[in-house]
Amino acid sequence: MAQADAGALDQNASVEPTGRLRTADGRPLKSALRRAQRRRKITAFLLVTPLLVFILGFFVFPIAQMMWRSVDNPQVVRALPNTLEALQTWDGQDVPGEAVFAALHADFVADAERPRRDQAMGPLAVRLNYELSAARGAISRTSRQAVNFEAPYREAFLDSHRLWGQPELWRIIKREGRPLTSAYYVAALDREFDADGSIVRRDENRRIYVQLFIRTILMSVAITFLTFVLGFPIAYYLSILPMRYSSLLMICVLLPFWTSLLVRTSAWIVLLQQQGVINSSLVGLGLMDDANRVQMIYNMTGTIVAMTHILLPFMVLPLYSVMRTIPPSYMRAAKSMGATPSTAFRRVYFPQTLPGIGAGGVLVFIISIGYYITPALVGGQSGRMISNEIARHMQQSLNWGLAAALGTMLLVGVLVLYWLYNRLVGADSLKLG
Amino acid sequence: MTFKIKLAGASAAVSLLAMGAAQAQDPVSLTIVSWGGAYTASQVRAYHEPYMELNPHVTIINDDGSANALAGLRAQSQAGNVTWDLVDMLPSDAQLACDEGIIMQIDHDAMLAAAPDGTPASEDFLPGSLGECFIPQIVYSTVLTYRPDAFPEDNQPSSIADLFDVENFPGRRALQDRPGTNMEWALYADGVDPDDIYDLLRTPEGVDRAFAKLDEIRDHIIFWTEGAQAPQLLADGEVAFATGYNGRMFDAIEVEGQPFEIIWDGQVVEWDGWVVPADGNNLDAVMDYLYWATDTQRLADQAKFISYGPARASSAALVGEHADLGIDMGPHMPTAPENYFAPIVLDNDFWVDYGDEMRERFANWMLQ
Amino acid sequence: MALPAYATTKDKVWYYTFRVICYAIFFFLMAPILVMIPLSFNAQPYFSFTREMLTFSPDGYSIRWYQDFLTSPSWLRSIQNSFMIGIASTALATTLGTLAALGLSRSEMPFKGIIMALLISPMIVPLIISAAGMFFFFSQLNIAQTYLGVILAHTALGTPFVIITVTATLVGFDHSLTRAAASLGATPTTTFFKVTMPLILPGVISGALFAFITSFDEIVIVLFVAGPEQRTIPREMWSGIREDISPTILAVATLMVLISTLLLVTIELLRRRSERIRGVTPS
Repeated sequence: MAQADAGALDQNASVEPTGRLRTADGRPLKSALRRAQRRRKITAFLLVTPLLVFILGFFVFPIAQMMWRSVDNPQVVRALPNTLEALQTWDGQDVPGEAVFAALHADFVADAERPRRDQAMGPLAVRLNYELSAARGAISRTSRQAVNFEAPYREAFLDSHRLWGQPELWRIIKREGRPLTSAYYVAALDREFDADGSIVRRDENRRIYVQLFIRTILMSVAITFLTFVLGFPIAYYLSILPMRYSSLLMICVLLPFWTSLLVRTSAWIVLLQQQGVINSSLVGLGLMDDANRVQMIYNMTGTIVAMTHILLPFMVLPLYSVMRTIPPSYMRAAKSMGATPSTAFRRVYFPQTLPGIGAGGVLVFIISIGYYITPALVGGQSGRMISNEIARHMQQSLNWGLAAALGTMLLVGVLVLYWLYNRLVGADSLKLG
Repeated sequence: MTFKIKLAGASAAVSLLAMGAAQAQDPVSLTIVSWGGAYTASQVRAYHEPYMELNPHVTIINDDGSANALAGLRAQSQAGNVTWDLVDMLPSDAQLACDEGIIMQIDHDAMLAAAPDGTPASEDFLPGSLGECFIPQIVYSTVLTYRPDAFPEDNQPSSIADLFDVENFPGRRALQDRPGTNMEWALYADGVDPDDIYDLLRTPEGVDRAFAKLDEIRDHIIFWTEGAQAPQLLADGEVAFATGYNGRMFDAIEVEGQPFEIIWDGQVVEWDGWVVPADGNNLDAVMDYLYWATDTQRLADQAKFISYGPARASSAALVGEHADLGIDMGPHMPTAPENYFAPIVLDNDFWVDYGDEMRERFANWMLQ
Repeated sequence: MALPAYATTKDKVWYYTFRVICYAIFFFLMAPILVMIPLSFNAQPYFSFTREMLTFSPDGYSIRWYQDFLTSPSWLRSIQNSFMIGIASTALATTLGTLAALGLSRSEMPFKGIIMALLISPMIVPLIISAAGMFFFFSQLNIAQTYLGVILAHTALGTPFVIITVTATLVGFDHSLTRAAASLGATPTTTFFKVTMPLILPGVISGALFAFITSFDEIVIVLFVAGPEQRTIPREMWSGIREDISPTILAVATLMVLISTLLLVTIELLRRRSERIRGVTPS
């Protein structure tokens, strides 16, 4: 459409006596061109629109919504409006007075009158238990009795559960009595609020996530490095072979690339487990004692070996495409001018492969840092990565706010790398085999 | 596709004819969530298949989602889209779901069958097993199992303490990747009386003591996540000891002929049973199924397929032989007197209150 | 690149060492996949070569794991699901992706860089995050645990591949061809189907194959979004690996390798055809 207009313009433009260019129908050429340009712009945009809307609606929005959960904090506000108001004048030191407990009672009564589905105390109990163990029990046990409490309420509550007599619970209620919270991020950084409300590191034996992030990064670095060490020689070899041989060998790279991830992971289980191919062969050949089979799987070794294998093609392919464009004459020229082969390689060849190394390295790193399946299947405990912890909080411990906080941190990291990758090579230059 | 529709039409016509004047019931499909593996298989044979035979309009779809049941229930309830009809879960999770109002409260005497002698359901189910929203089916236990060939004949393990004794009993151990059972056993192996374990775990010193004991075997552990992995790890020779559910272990030993031995010392005993998601689409059909599938005979029938004890007192007398193997199932029940000499009864209140904190600490410990 | 006649001993040693290293790495890439194939015919339920297998005794081999696979209702159902979800999401992804690629490859396209980055992002965002987001969102829409939900999720994951492959074929695209068609009186639709489409077809098909294999191999989204009725082959394999790892998995894996090989060959042939049509000589 747009092209047809432009074509028509070319043919029908005529020169007016005054010197201004006009089209056949008499409009000034400049504005006609601008209009045609705008139409072409709109056409281009309309072509992209369906997918753009789809991706925004079914991909970007769900993720944004998931990230929102990491700060969303409606439970306390919804369940305890009266209590929160009464707590405004509380000094934060001792157990609050009768007024607060009366308000608490009013909140429990109001909740009991709601239809069961809309009751707010269940979610509140779950929410508070993230901050303080046994808070869940305090809320749910009290909610069964509270309707029958009579003044003075303070005593009645203190009798029903010991936790009501702990200022810490009240500090948490006051602190979390806001629609937005930073608590999930605080927890995701292995920190917590102390009695003054300032953020401090957790007990050493409850720190998990920072360490896990560090381990995930270190493992990803190791995997990226290994794919580089293994990928560089074969990419080079493929690039210097004549096309008909390299095409054949290329299959060795592409077939694993195309083979199901689960197939490759199960292949490694078959090879590495204690009764697996490698251990059994070593025992069979008499190189190893049957009792001393080596554990190569369900630990970090297993994860790193399997992931290096799975991600190697992502390193080889960009490297290969860069290496093919380096003319062999450069190396010959360097050598003819007296450089030793190693100097020529170091000073002339290697620097030219850097874009490929960068592209492959960032790609492998991005993929491995968010990997879930392989560590879950062959990682055991020492091979766990941050994604596994996110999945655990999603499915088992059900702390969705914390899962969202960890996920957001991971996502931000990946997006920064993606931006870097974009700057380095451009997103559209990803090659697929 | 058209072929299928035609077929369905034809068969519907045939069944209509067969029923004659009898009223045709609308087909119902029930999604029943359970634990998968041998456990679901036992439910299929004891409950689902006979029920579908009696009620041809009902189709039962099995979903192995019980490991993440609470997550699924919460997500479905928040979304207002409940696709599960009946869920098999543990009483502690059931209590949480019940407090949150996402599963139905159960009036046991009105909704469940009485015992054959007329004892109402609330008295027939074993004491302490019924929950506000929970209908128990079985008593199961987590037991320690080992491979006899991993140790010399004159030095076989026999107690939980041996699990923690890597010097006399070397080899790797498969434990579940959660604090439950592991922490109880650590204290039990450290000499704590089963009755005092939870009181001690409620104190920081008790928790420290449990972790100190667990530290002794840390380098020898492989963690498992799903019930079927434990016997698998033992069968593959990856480990010498594995903790696991007694029914799975029974299956591995008796059905698959694996050379394992069960140590009943310190077995951790718990209930398992049904909950009904609130706002399900097929409540009438579910209630009909539930009434039938939890009666005295059905609970006894399940024990023909897996070695879990029925939760009704009246079922005990009906437990007979294994359906395929013909072994007397009595001695394989966790509640058999010869097995029940040092049980630890799981304290759900403790895990409801302290579960999050313990899981964090346990996760930290696993990372070290 | 053969060894020149004037090579020194050191050169020769290096020449052969380098090749040995390279072949060792190729071996590392292929061995895991190749080892599974004979083991999938193991007559015993083990993951190692039995004595009978090593001596090529016919007793050591059997097709029981293939029979297992092909007679198990849950595996058969998963095959059906995988193809259904794969084909539906491929059709959607290819249509949306091709249109978008046509727009993106026009020089007039506004905000090209940002839009491109956004549309490629499903490939970059860790799957666990996409899966978590979709799990909540699809539950709200009542499409969690339905075919529609899984298909839409896989469509989102597949589109970047279509965009990349189609944009690549459009790079060498000669826009004067469409202008020529227009000047000869063809309507835009005719121009598209008679001129543009045949030229970009190889890119569209290989993009579609990529989208298909993405869906066919996808497991994380399926774990979170699919229900028991939508279990795909990878989902069955996941349970198989975690719960009871029998050589049936290897039989499935072998068949999957076969499928990937077929797809790989198809794509390679398409690429060559595309280069021939566009007059690009293979580099």
